[in-house]
Amino acid sequence: MTLASVPPPAMAEGRQANGSPLETSSPREASSRDLPVVCEGGQRQAFCGLAGIVWLHRKLQDTFFLVVGSRTCAHMLQSAAGVMIFAAPRFATAILEERDLAGLADANAELDRVVTRLLERRPDIATLFLVGTCPSEVIKLDLHKAAERLNQAFQAQAQADATQPNQPIPPQGLPGTTGVSPAGRPRVLAYSGSGLETTFTQGEDTCLEALVPDLPAPPAGESSLLVVGTLADVVEDQFSRLFAELGIGPVRFFPPRSARALPPVGPGTRLLLAQPFLGRAARALEARGAELLTAPFPIGIEGTRGWFASAAQAWGLAADRVEAVLAKPAARAGQALARYREQLAGKRIAFFPDSQLEALIARFLQQECDMEILVAGVPYFDRRLMAGEIDLLSRALPGHPAGSFGVVEGGDVDRQLDTVRAARPDLTVCGLGLANPLEAEGLTTKWSIELVFSPIQGFEQAADLAELFARPLTRRARLRF
Amino acid sequence: MELAVWTYEGPTHMGALRVATAMRGVHCLLHAPQGDSYADLLFTMIERRPGRPPVSYTSFQQRDLGRSTADLIKEAARATYERFRPEVLLIGESCTAELLQDQAGSLVRGLGLPVPVLPLDLPSWSRKETWGAGETFHRLARALLKPRAPVPGAPRPARAPGQPPRANLLGPIALGFRCRDDVTAVSRLLAAIGVEVHVVAPLGARPTDLLRLPEADFNICLYPEIAESTCAWLERTFRQPWVRAVPIGIGATRDFLAEVARLANEPGVTAAATRLADSATAGASEIGFATGAAAYAPRLPWYSQSVDATYLTGKRVFIFGDATHALAAARIVDRELGMRVVGLGTYLREQARPVREAARQYGLEALITADYLEVEACIAASHPELVLGTQMERHVAKRLGIPCAVISGPAHVQDFPARHAPQMGFEGADVIFDTWIGPLMMGLEEHLLTMFRGDFEFGAEPAITAESLPATAAVSQAPASPERVPDTTAGFAPAVPPKAADEVVNDPIWDPLAENELKKIPFFVRGKARRNTECFARERGIATITVETLYDAKAHFGR
Ligand code: SF4
Repeated sequence: MTLASVPPPAMAEGRQANGSPLETSSPREASSRDLPVVCEGGQRQAFCGLAGIVWLHRKLQDTFFLVVGSRTCAHMLQSAAGVMIFAAPRFATAILEERDLAGLADANAELDRVVTRLLERRPDIATLFLVGTCPSEVIKLDLHKAAERLNQAFQAQAQADATQPNQPIPPQGLPGTTGVSPAGRPRVLAYSGSGLETTFTQGEDTCLEALVPDLPAPPAGESSLLVVGTLADVVEDQFSRLFAELGIGPVRFFPPRSARALPPVGPGTRLLLAQPFLGRAARALEARGAELLTAPFPIGIEGTRGWFASAAQAWGLAADRVEAVLAKPAARAGQALARYREQLAGKRIAFFPDSQLEALIARFLQQECDMEILVAGVPYFDRRLMAGEIDLLSRALPGHPAGSFGVVEGGDVDRQLDTVRAARPDLTVCGLGLANPLEAEGLTTKWSIELVFSPIQGFEQAADLAELFARPLTRRARLRF
Repeated sequence: MELAVWTYEGPTHMGALRVATAMRGVHCLLHAPQGDSYADLLFTMIERRPGRPPVSYTSFQQRDLGRSTADLIKEAARATYERFRPEVLLIGESCTAELLQDQAGSLVRGLGLPVPVLPLDLPSWSRKETWGAGETFHRLARALLKPRAPVPGAPRPARAPGQPPRANLLGPIALGFRCRDDVTAVSRLLAAIGVEVHVVAPLGARPTDLLRLPEADFNICLYPEIAESTCAWLERTFRQPWVRAVPIGIGATRDFLAEVARLANEPGVTAAATRLADSATAGASEIGFATGAAAYAPRLPWYSQSVDATYLTGKRVFIFGDATHALAAARIVDRELGMRVVGLGTYLREQARPVREAARQYGLEALITADYLEVEACIAASHPELVLGTQMERHVAKRLGIPCAVISGPAHVQDFPARHAPQMGFEGADVIFDTWIGPLMMGLEEHLLTMFRGDFEFGAEPAITAESLPATAAVSQAPASPERVPDTTAGFAPAVPPKAADEVVNDPIWDPLAENELKKIPFFVRGKARRNTECFARERGIATITVETLYDAKAHFGR
């Protein structure tokens, strides 16, 4: 289960501080137009990849996430999930106990027992993810093998059931879908959400990567577009309409809303990333023959325009036709944005590294809202994925009249706090652990976690995104005691 | 392997952080992967602490494991010391770090930092948060005070003449259920009888304050889960007696006052404590109407005696929480509110014994479990009319359409109200009366509803639910609730949907006349009447429920 992790060459002082996907930060893959990205080591204030379960389980409506870890993992997940929102959530933790640590054989038997019990209670589950954690990786509990073993067991059981004529056979998956083994038994997959390997949003990357082998092959000769990365349903629908207007299609989304309807992938599939943290998933899809389009990310008007334009180019569409389709929503977005630009213009903002969206949002706030970016911290900087952003980003970097901001990779939280305290920005974007302490020091903050949970991509959401930053400023201005 | 959907307790190091965060001058270096830094947000978001908790993380990653993590630990310890200059540095290890066996504690000790370094070595794979908090407090007190222990058998020095008796308040920590307000309430109570509060710990204490603990005449163990082991050690080592009564509820506060007076051993204190204790039950005449009184006089006894509270009599109450609050709640429910305890339990295995004993008093078997699904099943099975529990039980109760009040952690942002809302002392008793009784329908309101149930305005159930019964509004929104078996079912159809063939045989059928009679019962007790009657019929093998059966069952179950 341990993902191949080649330590990237150290880039600056101290430990190289990224989440260590092998393709990040490698100078070999640096764009011709290089970006000065400073990399720092030290103490981190960030969620691990388990946090991704919070939005993934909502998107993939018939899946269940079983974290195999410690009490800390269970507690972290429940804290990240909005501090005890309730219902019957489609995630749980199999908490390892002392005797599981003693012998792996027993741990595997225990895992089978827990999974069986869980499935008895939740017959509605189509896909079960076993999610690896720091402890499961340290004790070398191989969850990929466990998943295989469980799948085989289910298959055998299904065959046994099928040979007994008076046993009702559970309904089959819909024709043409995958993700369900023959007798309606769930498919079991494994991925890592451990803090040793993944930071916050990277948990989505490893999850999607695990789903890739299950994607069906496309009809021969079909060329299609696959949008990769969790988007709010409303954003997906807007994007679908625009792609249809452009004449690009078929367009599919990954992850899909149901694990029973996985999109096909193969040669002829073009990949357009909707999120900047999907390096491993992209590699896995490319290994299936798909082609990764170089594009900016659909954040802000310019990012969204460039994102659609990249797809249009791959489809060989004429630039004026593309502009004809995009002009209207772009103009509408510009109008909606104007109000917030007035409020945000000239305001100074700093980003702590957290969601991996920082560089993109900083680019948007600077270029489209006229804010001044003091620093944009990112957990790690993936040059390959950011290749399509280089043009937009480098406009914002030193030498450009619009001003400049530094992208800092990793970083020590105490030193970052020193920087922010000294600079006293008008707005600081940070995780939940830092927000109230900074507010108490008189600094206005925005929780970065909201940027992950809110629909912010696309033309229609550009103003909503700006509003997320305007709101804390408005609030501070209103309060008087 | 334990399958956990929601957990009542976090890991042991979380307990250590709650102690460190409660104190001043203490910092914890936690050997842990980056994701474990989520702990910060519990303090800053749930408790709304304006400062960061005093914890630094080593944030080790995959690539650190290949080589030695020793350098990382040492580097982090030096940087932490330089930046925070704590008076004591705690060294903790999260679950994952414990597996690595890096010996973080001895590594940091070896650095020779000019500050006491205390390795915690909490067993994170066998114990949990609450135990971790108690253990951290105990080890900290022991490490600081051991060098000052008198020779065994030496008598305690006598109190200086003229010096009022002094007590330490032990047990309140960060993210504790109403700890903040309990300390205030208990301090006021002690001030009213002439006892000085010497040190409050861990909440607000510095390590140097812990050094002053033995100076007090006795200790008050406010939260046994956290402070019991420390109190016991202080008694063994410094011959310092301690108060065991936890002052939650009227009776318990009276017991507490008596115990404090006994340990204070001072005639003035004894007289004041007796006066105060008696005032709490001194008839109804002026209680609750006096203003400007020197000491707080509780209103709970009189409110509970007033005729309006009659409707509370025998109400079925299910109680679950930490041991301290669950035990106190049971006593209050039973004796002070005149309701009936139909379930009692705790998620703290370490405290199972006293809870089991108490449950036996109420003719119950205690529920000792950390599996909230099991708690949910027990709640559903005991058909309570009020649930007193943690935030988890609040959600369960909401689903089942049962009123609920929260009496215990784990902490939730709602458990840190802006107003002073203690649980302890006479002040706390009144807060409890309001918060527990609030969710129940007001007595007179219930009375009126019963009297006018035949009136057409009351026929439309949603109107009542929405307007008169805000507290039970959840009922109408929860279609799965057993209270909401659809009443629109045609008179002749069985109200219970047919089940598998073998079950139908045992399920009694409602005669249409009985079904009609059932509809005359107020809707908020109708579900229960239906269940009870069916249960009654099943037990007696009655296949068809007639009007007779309905009234037989009513007589059987009636109070
Ligand atoms: S960082 Fe590791 S140990 Fe901590 S919660 Fe995440 S997976 Fe679990």
